[in-house]
Parts: sequence; C-alpha cells; structure tokens
Amino acid sequence: MKPFRSATGRVAILDRPDVDTDQIIPKQFLKRIERTGYGEFAFFDWRYDADGTPLPGFELNRPEFAGAKVLLAGRNFGCGSSREHAAWALQDYGFKVVIASSFGDIFRSNASKIGLIAIELPEHEVKSLMEGVDLDRGSDLTVDLAAGTITAPDGRTIKFAFDQTTRHRLLEGLDDIGVTLRLSDEITAYEQARPIA
Amino acid sequence: MIEAMPRTLFEKVWETHVVHEAAGEPALLYVDLHLVHEVTSPQAFEGLRLEGRRVRRPELTVATMDHNVPTLPGPIADPLAKAQLDALRANCEEFGVKLHATGTGSEGIVHVIGPELGLTQPGKTIVCGDSHTSTHGAFGALAFGIGTSEVEHVLATQTLWQRRPKTMLMEFAGDLPPHLTAKDLILAAIGEVGVAGGVGYVVEYAGEAIRALTMENRLTVCNMTIEWGARAGMIAPDDTTFAYLEGRELAPQGADWERALGRWRSLASDEGATFDKHVTIDVSDLAPQVTWGTNPGMVVPVTGVVPSPSDFDDPDDREATERALEYMGLKAGTPIEEIKIDRVFIGSCTNSRIEDLRAAAAVLEGGHIAAGVNALVVPGSAKVRLQAQAEGLDKVFTDAGFEWRLAGCSMCLAMNADVLAPGERCASTSNRNFEGRQGRGGRTHLVSPQMAAGAALAGHFVDVRKLEPLTNKTVTA
Ligand code: SF4
Repeated sequence: MKPFRSATGRVAILDRPDVDTDQIIPKQFLKRIERTGYGEFAFFDWRYDADGTPLPGFELNRPEFAGAKVLLAGRNFGCGSSREHAAWALQDYGFKVVIASSFGDIFRSNASKIGLIAIELPEHEVKSLMEGVDLDRGSDLTVDLAAGTITAPDGRTIKFAFDQTTRHRLLEGLDDIGVTLRLSDEITAYEQARPIA
Repeated sequence: MIEAMPRTLFEKVWETHVVHEAAGEPALLYVDLHLVHEVTSPQAFEGLRLEGRRVRRPELTVATMDHNVPTLPGPIADPLAKAQLDALRANCEEFGVKLHATGTGSEGIVHVIGPELGLTQPGKTIVCGDSHTSTHGAFGALAFGIGTSEVEHVLATQTLWQRRPKTMLMEFAGDLPPHLTAKDLILAAIGEVGVAGGVGYVVEYAGEAIRALTMENRLTVCNMTIEWGARAGMIAPDDTTFAYLEGRELAPQGADWERALGRWRSLASDEGATFDKHVTIDVSDLAPQVTWGTNPGMVVPVTGVVPSPSDFDDPDDREATERALEYMGLKAGTPIEEIKIDRVFIGSCTNSRIEDLRAAAAVLEGGHIAAGVNALVVPGSAKVRLQAQAEGLDKVFTDAGFEWRLAGCSMCLAMNADVLAPGERCASTSNRNFEGRQGRGGRTHLVSPQMAAGAALAGHFVDVRKLEPLTNKTVTA
C-alpha cells in the first residue's frame, strides 16, 4: 500500500443515503479475478443506460465533477455486501477520499486496507461541505490525514477524528500481513494453548 | 472471593480469541473457521502467491462454489464465471484447502453448508469474504463478513485485527402469531431500527420468540443482521442448537461431544451482564411483512399500503422514498395485496433450507401458480435438494408450476443466468432488494417462503394467514 499523507482535488457530491456496494460495483463485474480495472464499472447501472450511454441525470456524470478525487456522500455509504471491489472501484475511478456521516462497517474496513481514506463527519458538517461546493464551476478541497484536517472550498478548516492505528498504518503505507507475521510466535503460542480441530 | 463480572455471550467468545492486544489498539483475534467462495477469494490467493506466503491453517479453511454456479444441469456456459470457478479449484489444490466443488454432493451456499456439515459451532469465531457470514451467529458463534484484503490476512495468519465493537441486546417480546416466520420477525425489526441501526454493534437476539424458533429459523434471523448494519448477530446456544448439531458429519463426536457440550452450555450471557444498547421489539401482533422499496428497511405489513414520501420527516428519507417508488414502479397508497408479481424466487442463504422448502410446499400443495408467473426454487445445498426430493417436495413444486433447480446463490444476486428482466417484479425469499440486485431494472420484494408461495398462487401478494386451511388452495385474484 502506498503511504497517504494528504490530497487536494476536485469534489463530487453523491447526496443519497444508504448507497450500497451493489450500486458502487454491480455484480456483473465481480467475475473478474483481478484487483484492478474496476473504475470504469463504478456505479455502472446509475452511470450508463442499457446501451452504455452516460445518463446525464446521474450526479457523477456532471462535467463539474469530472476528475474528482474527493467524494462527499450521504449517510451509511457503502452498506450491504462485503465486496472489496467497491473500494477498488472507487479508488480506480480516481477517488482518494470519501467523506460521509457514516459508513457500512465492512466498506470502511476494506477502504482502510487499500488506502482509500473514509472520513466520518457529523451530518451537518457533511451537508455544509456539500452546500459550499460551486455547482457551476466545481470546487476543490484538501484532506490532510497527518493533521486530521479538511480545508473546505471556502478556506474553512474542519477537524476530523480518525482511528489512530489506521491513521498510522495509512500514513506509513504499512502492509497489515507483514505487521501480523511479526507476531507469529504469539499466534503459535495461542494455538498451542487452545488447540482447534 | 471476588465474584467474576457477568459477561455477555459476545464477550465470552471475543475474550477467548484474543491473541494479542495493546491498550488503545485493535485486538488480534484468532479465527477458528474461515469459509471461502469463488468471488471474493481469487485476489487474496494471488496476493499470497505474489508474496510467497502459504495458508497458515488450511484445515481450518473450507471452500465452496456457490455465487456463480449455474442452477441448470450441464457445463458452465459463462467463460468468466468458469474462469473464476477454475481459479478457486486451482487455488484450493495449490494451498491445500478443502473444496466442496459443484457436483460432489456437499456443495451449496457457503452459509448453508457450514451448519449442515456441523462446522458451524457455538463459541467459534467464523469469517468469510461475504457479508451474510452473520448467519452462523445463530449457533452462538461470533461470525462476520470481511473483505478480500482481510481474507488474504486470515489465510496468511489465521487472525484478524478488530476493534472491539459495541454490544446490543435485541429482545423480542411476546410470541410470534401462527403462520408468522423468522423472516417476518427480522424484516419488521429492520423496519423499526432502520438499515443503519446496528452499525458498530454486535447484537445478541433474545427473548421467548427467539427461543421458540427452530435452528433453521434462527439462521434466517442472524442472516439478515448485516441488513441493519450490525456486522454480527448472535443467539445463545441451547438444547435446540445442540440437538441440531448432534451427529452431524463434522460436529464433535463421543467424549469430545460431551466436553464440547460443557463448554457450549457456559456461553450464554450471564445474569446481569450489560449491553451498550437494549432494544425491545414486540412481535405478538406481527403481520406478514413485504418490502416495497430498495432496501430491507423499506418494509410494511401485507395488510398495509405503499408509503408516501410525505410520511417521512427527514428530507433524505423523503427523497430516498421518491427514488425507491420510481424505481419500483409503485404508487404511494397502493394496498400491498394489489401489487402483481411476474416472478417468484425461493432460495438464498436466508430461506433455502429444508424447513423453508417444506413451508413453501405446504402452501403450494395441490395448487398451481397463477398464469403469467414464472417461479423458481433453488435449494441452498445439494443435500437440502436431495432431502427435499426424498420427501417429495420437488414434486409439489413442479406440480405447482415451479422450476426445481440445482443448489447455489442463483437469483439472490443474479450473477449466473437466473436474472430478472428490466421492470420484472419478483417476490423473493432472499435478503436484499437493492436496485438491480436480481437484474438491472428488476424489482424485488422480500418476503418469507410462505408469502412467496402464496404470491405465486395468486399472482399478487396475499396474506398467507387467509390461505387457511392450507389444504384448500383456491385463491381468488
Ligand atoms: S445466497 Fe445471496 S446473500 Fe447468500 S451468500 Fe449467496 S449471494 Fe450472498
């Protein structure tokens, strides 16, 4: 995993509650055995009609949101299926950060494993960030994970809380398995003390 | 002597599995059983290969083929699905993992075969790259879904980093009325607490209504835990649990069984144990439930009507309701019983076990599905299928006009050929009514197996309680 410190970029808004991972990456794309290349299929059924023509009514198809790195999303974003493909798809689409008032547990955990930053803010803060986005020309914002701050399009600084252990891992780009394998002796001791099947 | 602090079922299982823990950090939890299927594992095995890692405990890892498999006999036609199934087979061979492959007779939906084989046991920690792993909590196991990176982590280390979740007690007060099922109970609960009501919690389901449920019905309840955001749901093991497990192929035998029983009996939450949150839901007046929208919390009794956006105060809820009504092609105020259906799907890890098939067949017996309805029954496992055939249930289904298929996930997520066409409306016993879940533009209504069977006969939703006596199958449209 690449270390992440901060990101500045275009903001996109998807202000719908309970966006499930079936929408983020529909099942027809789960047959692939690779980890990469899911970005073009992100939100596929919302993004395109049956002939593959982009649907103008879908938020992320707005020209002002093109090339977005930060997604402002509604509450309980990423609920439902455990498919990590959802996090892969958002990252491959170009998002570095997703900000919402709450997340599906598994999605949030998956995001943290691949370096997609999922930030939880109080609902009113998310709404005010959304309101601050210039819908005619588009807006940028900055997320600084090390400092725990978001710089809103209007220059305001918002602090966010983030799990300390996850923050450290993301800042350093640490491989979870590598870290755990250093505890092999403890795992072996556990197995000897409590044998299973 | 100092009395030990009363502990919850969750706390007992959690504490037994902590391998390593530092203050303020997540705990490293040991995993007793790792279930694997074709869709969420190939990238994990590939990760191991790239790093030259092995599977630490292949004997605690069990794989099956379920999500992608065709449910009609014959070779698999979809080349991508075939490649994924072939990859699972090759990975299991390379890493020494037991695979319940299609055609071996032990295959089936991962959450159906775990309990069926006796692998799912009280007090175990169980994970799988699948959100409905919560199902196994019905045995008093701590079971939850993980993503592919975590699958790789468990394969390599047999452990998982987890922050200790909060605990919730969901207590069901009163007895379930006749003809009401575990599916109605859990759908009503989700309607009450909302699809995000459980985020951050492990929930213990309790109360007389839970105690009275059979093991298979408890599986239905725990299955849908993830649908209200809680990652794991647990039910304290009791004699119902032990009776179900005794004699199963991979359950402990002989002296081991006696020892296991002793351990399992001590798992129930202690008197006076405290939870971070306590919810009580009264089920004594429950009516059969039908979802009308695009998430499982959008649910009403069959006696009700499709709600209107103006029924909700929150602007996000109002908008979500508008979108859902549009997607579902429904008008606010329509009585649920007037909603006509095109398809019926009986299956999925929620409702595809033998008792589910028996319940649906009891409604169907002697009747025939309505003209224009296409109905599918997909047993949860090869063994369920055989058992049903031995009981003559396949005949009841086919006589009623249902198609009798091979085991798999099938139209629960429609990765194989079993797909709704755009605009088709389906009464489904599965767990998710998300947009496009059963096929792009498809409209899913979640119901119990009995309600699905009743809808198949009538061509629209009907209150199964009115179908009594169950020997008289004339349903007026
Ligand atoms: S039956 Fe449906 S919910 Fe269950 S494991 Fe299969 S796809 Fe997932």
